[in-house]
Amino acid sequence: MKTIGALTISAPGDRELVMTRIFDAPRRLVFDAMTKPELLKRWLFGPPGWAMTVCEVDLQVGGKFRHVWRNDDGREMAMSGVHREIVPGERIVRTESFDFGCPTQAGEQVGTLVLTEQGGMTKMTLTVLYPSREARDGTLATGADQGLAAGYDRLADILAGL
Amino acid sequence: MLRRLADGERNLTELAAPLRMSFPAASKHVRVLERARLVRRRVVGRTHLCRIEGKPLADASVWLEGYCRVLEGNYQRLDHLLDDLQAE
Repeated sequence: MKTIGALTISAPGDRELVMTRIFDAPRRLVFDAMTKPELLKRWLFGPPGWAMTVCEVDLQVGGKFRHVWRNDDGREMAMSGVHREIVPGERIVRTESFDFGCPTQAGEQVGTLVLTEQGGMTKMTLTVLYPSREARDGTLATGADQGLAAGYDRLADILAGL
Repeated sequence: MLRRLADGERNLTELAAPLRMSFPAASKHVRVLERARLVRRRVVGRTHLCRIEGKPLADASVWLEGYCRVLEGNYQRLDHLLDDLQAE
């Protein structure tokens, strides 16, 4: 288990990642920010240097979603899937797969988002079930790379201040 | 770099080229990954061959931290958006 800022992440079993986080907002608002394209585009950028360029969400069971991100250097990454279960404001189960741009995450994963409200705050539990252990660990490897890159950025800042 | 190594062993030149990195820069990057025990390097003649360190879960803590950092960056942006939406 690891906690950075307000986010806690763990890798139980062989194929899962579980992320939990508290947001200081009512559940309905958090749900909207996580499902409405015009709001998703304002925060779900991916790693530093990436921005979301396409966001389509057909929020109904059997409805598709598609996200495309573009890096400053021109590289693109796309993820899409189908909604399997929707409880408005509370719960979404959907399939997710990278169409291109993320070779380590081959195959279809299943994401389950659960939001619970406690005293005006919202707790998010996001569970991602990967098709294989390799796919799960590949995701972590990507993050490790980015994390190290972020570490370099901080180092550069520190060095610049000396 | 780790993404590329996920497919198997690669030499430094193969790692550096797609990232538009110089050989010394790639070598330096690999050294950091070696120190984090994410990558192992072996030298065959003049070739430096790199691969991802075995036991994936042994390094899960380091890997989780990097992944967590990326996601948390996004969620902090969401925090600000939620603040803005509530202020409206």
